[in-house]
Amino acid sequence: MTDISIDQAPKSVDSIQSNYMAQVQRRRLYGGLTLLIFAVLMVSGFNIADDRNAGGFWDGLHQIGDYPADVLSEAWEKRADLPGLIAQYFPALIETINIAAVSTLIGAIGGLFLSLAGTRGLAKWPRLIPLFRRISDMMRAVPEIVIALMLIFVLGGGPVPAMIAIAIHTAGALGKMFSEVAENADLKPVEGLASTGATWAQRMLLGVLPQVAPNYLSYTLLRFEINIRASAILGFVGAGGLGYELRNAMAWGPGRFDEAAAIFVLLFGTIVFFDQVSSRYRNRLTEGERQ
Amino acid sequence: MTATDLSLTKNQTDALFKRKRLIGFTIPAAIFAYLTYIFFAFDLPGLAQRANMENALTLASDSWSHKVHVTRDNRSGEITYAVEGERKGRYPEGQRPDWVSGDEIVTINLGSDHLVRYLPGNRTEIEIPGFPLIEVQAEGRSLTSNLPLDLPDWISASNRRIGITTPEGRITLTGARTEVFNYFPGWELFWFTLDSPYHGKGLGTILFGPRIDPEVSNISGAISDWWNNAMWRHKDVAWAIGETILMAFLGTMGAAIIALPLAFLAAKRFSPFMLLRAGTRRIFDFVRGVDALIWTVVLARAFGPGPLTGALAILITDTGTFGKIFSEALENVDQKQIEGVMSTGAKPLQRYRFGVIPQVVPVLLAQLLYFLESNTRSATIIGAITGGGIGLMLTQAIQTQKDWEEVAYYIVLIVLMVMFMDWFSGWLRGKLIGRKN
Repeated sequence: MTDISIDQAPKSVDSIQSNYMAQVQRRRLYGGLTLLIFAVLMVSGFNIADDRNAGGFWDGLHQIGDYPADVLSEAWEKRADLPGLIAQYFPALIETINIAAVSTLIGAIGGLFLSLAGTRGLAKWPRLIPLFRRISDMMRAVPEIVIALMLIFVLGGGPVPAMIAIAIHTAGALGKMFSEVAENADLKPVEGLASTGATWAQRMLLGVLPQVAPNYLSYTLLRFEINIRASAILGFVGAGGLGYELRNAMAWGPGRFDEAAAIFVLLFGTIVFFDQVSSRYRNRLTEGERQ
Repeated sequence: MTATDLSLTKNQTDALFKRKRLIGFTIPAAIFAYLTYIFFAFDLPGLAQRANMENALTLASDSWSHKVHVTRDNRSGEITYAVEGERKGRYPEGQRPDWVSGDEIVTINLGSDHLVRYLPGNRTEIEIPGFPLIEVQAEGRSLTSNLPLDLPDWISASNRRIGITTPEGRITLTGARTEVFNYFPGWELFWFTLDSPYHGKGLGTILFGPRIDPEVSNISGAISDWWNNAMWRHKDVAWAIGETILMAFLGTMGAAIIALPLAFLAAKRFSPFMLLRAGTRRIFDFVRGVDALIWTVVLARAFGPGPLTGALAILITDTGTFGKIFSEALENVDQKQIEGVMSTGAKPLQRYRFGVIPQVVPVLLAQLLYFLESNTRSATIIGAITGGGIGLMLTQAIQTQKDWEEVAYYIVLIVLMVMFMDWFSGWLRGKLIGRKN
């Protein structure tokens, strides 16, 4: 008996060890293969992109600095004009920020409705939950530029197409994030309110919103940051604001680089400013919740 | 509890309620005031005038239908039949739609008894129920017609140009040419153009029927004709979608590869030098703040338009974003695991590999996959600016302002592409780090 067990023990340790080594090796093999596939994908993807680009990567690499250098040197020569130009483009900046702010506001209201209508336990019409979720998915999937270009065709250029396009996308994106938060909300206050005969709107306003407000606000601020960038980009395709001015200044080329530089400075400053402000408030909102 | 206590409490409660009421009133009032300001700042009252409802109608009707042009060149007398009036949609010599008949007098039947007759000598007769027969003679650059002076609003006429819009189709006459547009639902020539031998053949005929083109088998011939369809350009569209996804993939993954080592430099725990840390963080803030739009503009000057420029713009911007997120994740790692690995005598690099990386990988992967999906959308937009991918095709199709069914097609494809990437990144996340619940 003891003989056998003594005999058996090293064998099983051996087999465990060899099993373990085999497993480690297989894991390494799989890991290595995944890495290899990934590397092949990256390299071949890069080569395809390089082939289909108008200029090559290696030819262009040493030219990266040329354009910024041209802009900067011209802007430096005309540095006396810069404050005046910044003042001149300030209204365009206000327009860009307004587009972002209004679309965030409208999008957040839409997202709030979509999230409440698409969350189990909270929805007013439980049968329509999948419908509202699909609507929110669709709104999220359409890139802003698609709606903006169509609306520019119908409504003409200006801030309104950009505003509607960003608002639609924001409503879809926030609808999803909001409903993830709302799913974790405590339903007891809602039940309590229901027992007093509160309507659906009252239950949501007094029972759910106070629970989710910090997270909702935090997500909305994050969206506002993203939307400032989006509204600048949409301006570039004709939707007004700073992006539109940038395209015009760039179309002029050399000689108007001081204007381009002024717009670069404004855009950069705005994005950094709102990033910092919103990240500070978001930290406060989420940390306040933790306590 | 005494009466004074009670009244104090009541006063406090009253004050609280007052404040709440005030807030409850102020926030909606502030939102309302802001929206009123926007209403005038964005000139919404003037928008109604600038809005072009005719454009909206064309957009709505053209996106799901197509028109066939029957054009008579009044100089040569030649009549051409073409889908959407495009050269590549032209009917081959000797073929024409079956709603056109006659040789000397060509009769076009638009349906519901709306008839247009092309008569010799550049004469045209238009028969519309409930309206007297319209006769138009084209001579040189001018037109003479029997139209009365007061016209219904669906006819516009001058001695140079006559336009008639009916529910069945549109007719335009000028001195140089007479043109009839007949509308049909559906996307015509989506599978095969008119010059393809497979046009108008059913799926069964192509799959199981006799060989249509003696040179190649039906299936490979049909697939190649569909793939090289000049009207819908399926090949170019597929390439464009591939380019857009490629931009997103290269940009996201490249950014992650660059950002990961840099994030160690920016994290307080792993980077002993304050200056280095602050410098790395400022670099992250800078590349993030410059924004993809400006990077695209700058990079397009160096590399020219194309997918590589878009990929690099995404890569540079996201290096900043990832750097920030990753370094925050690295600050939050648990020290105990690192100590455990250290106690086995691991060197610094091994400590990072086995103590830190396993802790941050789930966070990193989740962010990475989320950005992959979101960057597909960004790549569409950047493509429209820098000239690559499906974004460019969409902008071009919208700018030509006539192929709205192609615009609709691209939009459907873009939405499907984004939804696919959304699903794919969610699926991959589930596979790699497990579902949340």
